[in-house]
Amino acid sequence: MAQIFHHSTNTIARVSIYGAVVVIGLLGFAVNVVNQTSYVTEVHNARPQPVPFSHKHHVGELGLDCRYCHTAVEVSSSAGMPPTQTCMACHSQIWTTAAMLEPVRASYRDSKPISWTRVNAVPDFVYFNHSIHVSKGVGCTTCHGPVAEMNITWRAQSLYMRWCLDCHNAPEKYLRPRSEVFNAFYQPPGDQLALGEKLMKEYKVQKLTACTTCHR
Amino acid sequence: MDTERKNGQHPGEEIAALPNAPGEANAPRFWRGLEELAGTPEFLDHKENEFPHGANDPAAKLDRRELMKVMAASAAFAGLTGCTKLPTQKIVPYVRQPEEIIPGKPLFYATAATLGGVATGILVESHMARPTKVEGNPDHPGSLGACDSFAQASVLGLYDPDRSRAVVRDGRLASWSVFQDQLSLALGAAGGGAGLRLLTGTITSPTLADQIRAILSQFSGAKWVQYESITRDNVREGALLAFGEVVNTVYRLDQADVILTLDSDFLTLGPGNIPYARQFARKRRVENEKSKMNRLYSVESTPTNTGAMADHRLRMRASEIEGFARTLARELGLYTIAAPAHSTEAPGGWIPALARDLKQHSGASLVVAGDQQPPVVHAIVHAINQALGNFDKTVYFTQPIEESPDNQWSSMGQLAADLRAGSVTTLLILGGNPAYDAPADLAFKDLLPKVPFSARLGHYEDETSALCHWHIPEAHELESWSDARAYDGTVSVIQPLIAPLYGGKSRLEVLAALSGKAGKSSHDTVRDYWKAQRPNEANFDAFWEKTLRDGVVAGTAFPPKQVSLKSGIGAEPPAASPQGLEIVFRPDPTIWDGRFANNGWLQELPKPMTKLTWDAVAMVSPKTAERLGLKSEEAVELKYRGRTIVAPVWVMPGHADESVTVFLGYGRTRAGRVGTSMGFDAGWIRPLATPWIGAGLEIRRTGAKWPLAATQTHNTMEGREPIRVATLDEYAQNPKFAQADAQENPLSLYPEVKYDGNAWGMAIDLNSCNGCGACVTACQAENNIAVVGKTEVIIGREMHWIRIDRYFEGDMEGPNTYHQPLMCVHCEDAPCELVCPVAATVHSPEGLNEMIYNRCVGTRYCSNNCPYKVRRFNFRLYSDWDTPSLFGMRNPNVSVRSRGVMEKCSYCVQRINAVKINAEEQDRPIHDGEIVTACQQTCPSEAIVFGNINDPNSKVSLLKAKNRNYKLLEELNTRPRTTYLAKLRNPNPEIEKAAV
Repeated sequence: MAQIFHHSTNTIARVSIYGAVVVIGLLGFAVNVVNQTSYVTEVHNARPQPVPFSHKHHVGELGLDCRYCHTAVEVSSSAGMPPTQTCMACHSQIWTTAAMLEPVRASYRDSKPISWTRVNAVPDFVYFNHSIHVSKGVGCTTCHGPVAEMNITWRAQSLYMRWCLDCHNAPEKYLRPRSEVFNAFYQPPGDQLALGEKLMKEYKVQKLTACTTCHR
Repeated sequence: MDTERKNGQHPGEEIAALPNAPGEANAPRFWRGLEELAGTPEFLDHKENEFPHGANDPAAKLDRRELMKVMAASAAFAGLTGCTKLPTQKIVPYVRQPEEIIPGKPLFYATAATLGGVATGILVESHMARPTKVEGNPDHPGSLGACDSFAQASVLGLYDPDRSRAVVRDGRLASWSVFQDQLSLALGAAGGGAGLRLLTGTITSPTLADQIRAILSQFSGAKWVQYESITRDNVREGALLAFGEVVNTVYRLDQADVILTLDSDFLTLGPGNIPYARQFARKRRVENEKSKMNRLYSVESTPTNTGAMADHRLRMRASEIEGFARTLARELGLYTIAAPAHSTEAPGGWIPALARDLKQHSGASLVVAGDQQPPVVHAIVHAINQALGNFDKTVYFTQPIEESPDNQWSSMGQLAADLRAGSVTTLLILGGNPAYDAPADLAFKDLLPKVPFSARLGHYEDETSALCHWHIPEAHELESWSDARAYDGTVSVIQPLIAPLYGGKSRLEVLAALSGKAGKSSHDTVRDYWKAQRPNEANFDAFWEKTLRDGVVAGTAFPPKQVSLKSGIGAEPPAASPQGLEIVFRPDPTIWDGRFANNGWLQELPKPMTKLTWDAVAMVSPKTAERLGLKSEEAVELKYRGRTIVAPVWVMPGHADESVTVFLGYGRTRAGRVGTSMGFDAGWIRPLATPWIGAGLEIRRTGAKWPLAATQTHNTMEGREPIRVATLDEYAQNPKFAQADAQENPLSLYPEVKYDGNAWGMAIDLNSCNGCGACVTACQAENNIAVVGKTEVIIGREMHWIRIDRYFEGDMEGPNTYHQPLMCVHCEDAPCELVCPVAATVHSPEGLNEMIYNRCVGTRYCSNNCPYKVRRFNFRLYSDWDTPSLFGMRNPNVSVRSRGVMEKCSYCVQRINAVKINAEEQDRPIHDGEIVTACQQTCPSEAIVFGNINDPNSKVSLLKAKNRNYKLLEELNTRPRTTYLAKLRNPNPEIEKAAV
């Protein structure tokens, strides 16, 4: 009986099998690389906002405390976004005619809230809680980056689960004294690990990696 | 079985020839239903396959090639999900933030939920001004911190997308202001209001009644009619017979050691059922084998939860219970009460033994008559209670909680007569649904369209609205101000949690418009009323704030009232009880009179005794079914007093013979997308003269099938003995009966895991649980559990995380009935975790068996390997992801599941985490009792206790240390964290002996 397949079929078969493995592997690699890019993670992408609010000016130059605006950060899962009233506390006195602030004044005048674009977000199936992190010595800038240098706010970290777990597995790498949590200019000391381990004991910080810590 | 085998042609064959019937060699001690005894194919299907035949089949038949294609596509798409990018989201903060609102922190407001006018105090959880969950109010006497399924499900009622949204006039859109104008025109034309009629439900609201009285004096000749389909007329008439005045009867079950109920389901239905259930359960909270507990006798026709809790249950036709009451009264020495027309037979010296027991416990005994029993039974029961010295001890009386305790059905008859005579020119129907539930022979449906000006305030544009000229959307109780009385008279102010979603108006606002105070808000009406009531309050604002905060108006419980029994109660010889097949009408246990027909949670909540969902039935006893040749799920024609309905039969063990119970509330024609055309309307054959019990029913078989969605055979545990029961005597002799097969240190192949910190566990006292089902609804609300619908329930796909298994023990005619709530037991060595290929179910260091929805790929191996059958799979997209109004209802702390994932009880991990975070921030340990699961919170009987089992002094540890504690399916060595406390019965030895 004549051969059905030509001899070269063997080669084609080998190439296509191994090729498929390589192509799928490359594809996986490519997906992984793309997922790290700031196109997907939004890291370092300054988001346009209805009012070009500058943390650099308010925090870096004027020295406002984070909690002046994000009032719920010590008591609730959400840090809280300031109501227009908070802006107007100062801006009814200073820069009262600045064109840049017209949307704020309009909001206050018409009782129409300002619609900000969210910069830091985790998916809906992640239940992140600000207050417990703050009370255990995780500083604002650890996750939110150098806020005091941001003209328009950008995301400093990917907020991927692997990034969360980096700290949840080894909190000592990031902890700081409670008194420094809201310090936007905090620099970790040279012996961070020693400090971190000391704080872990002092603040009873656990390495929580059970799934329901964040997902439920 | 004593019945002889019929020939194969006979349709009663299935009942008569049960291969596993009690007494037969292979009979199980506990059985779930007649299907199990019969070994029907459906039951075997449910038993042998985790999901019954058909539930697993793919929609289309796949060949190998198709399967490869689908798998390749799935793999490719699975990879693509890795490329998602979070969508851009907006944050919209307040302009001026209310001081008390902290985003992420819920607030709780005290208000009340009413049913039939009677208030249960509730605390409503509000997330950013969205009410999401109802809990009981510990400060309210009608709640004591617990609440029932109706109150739990009221949030779904609030967000129901089918609620009416606009004022409608004769089918066309209109407006509130036009309505007000037209109303005042109509009243002007009605000649001072002589033709004005107000039709409401039972009113216990002092403010509303005050308003109505003002209107009645403003419009002379106007009349106010109260009507409820599930009326308590007989209770009121009974009090009139006994005392010459209508009084409100309040029981003190915490003082009662021996209780007899005559056709009353006081533990789960009716005013005060929550505190009664709690008091009753506390009297059965057995510490050890030396403890005593109360004893409950029940005489009833239709099996109820209260009957299931009874130590002795006598099934009897509802119409014969009067005879029973008379015989008992005479046995107790009340010879002025005439003897029954027929001698009442009870097996085994039941009545003398009961009488002796009651007498021995004079002053600590109690007899309760059911709302459906005729007035004379209530009067006789009052006489018995007085003879036993129970007045002011186990029962006391107050002035009525109804503002106007009328005979509702006769005033409805009068209203119909007025309508027929044409003397009604203006009819305002505030709530209720008389076109659906008025007595059929009044022909209310035909009379209604003839009224010149008729307006209806209602939540839905339903049967009644369709026949009225005007329809006004009604504000939900969670959207409006009002007040209402609890079972003991305590007033709660009802406050809104949210502005009306659909522009609804409250009854107070409509009445204000009627009395010419159109602009007055219902808040002002209620506040002004109470200000007038409290003239001596130095600081009324403080009083008002405190009242709203507490959820009760201090000092409004009615004081006990002295009553004197009239002479000659029951002295007239009774008429012979009517012959023929008896018909008994009952409110549906979850749909009530039909008002909850469009509530998916209540539709799908298995009815406590039958485990049926989405349907009402005509219930008969096995013996009667056999005589009439009926079987379950068969459509029959019921003919009563010249009217006919078609209903499905349900053969119910424990039902009285020669009696048929039909349940009201179904067969709605304009309920909404959930409730329309579900079931049959038993109200169609319910006459004005005999609203509850009648005789002369005719049944004709139609031969048609009527499939019913019963969950009783779902998720069986293969005939293992999940319930442990003993009598108090057996317990005293063998204190460790529940732990007979407990192993000291069972070997395990798994490595030992140490739980050093918190270790969460639960104990469920089967001696307390009465199977009411409030926990199931509470869990559904707390955990965003989806509703699946009737056809999906039939194939075993219900999603409830808690199921309450019902077991029968003993013979088919009068079995003992037990309830066992079962949710994930959080095994320490969990079989489900080992078989998951993607680690979607894993163990936490605190012993929680966690379910991670994002990892789940839907293999269902976990469910297959779960011996308790507590895992639920989203075969379809059951959660409603499209209806915007439902988004607000969901608990924001729990993920809404999608298609293709497994889910199950999480021990309310969101609540655990919230408390843990709070305690950690305050640097303190978690107090015992600080974490309360949703099921535990709502349980009227306090049967569920949750806590840290590593703390030897925690409530749950103390319960688990009791000798009644046992682990379900202990032989499998799964080490469940949820354990059960065995059920105890306290039978009267005299009757027990006689029965043997």
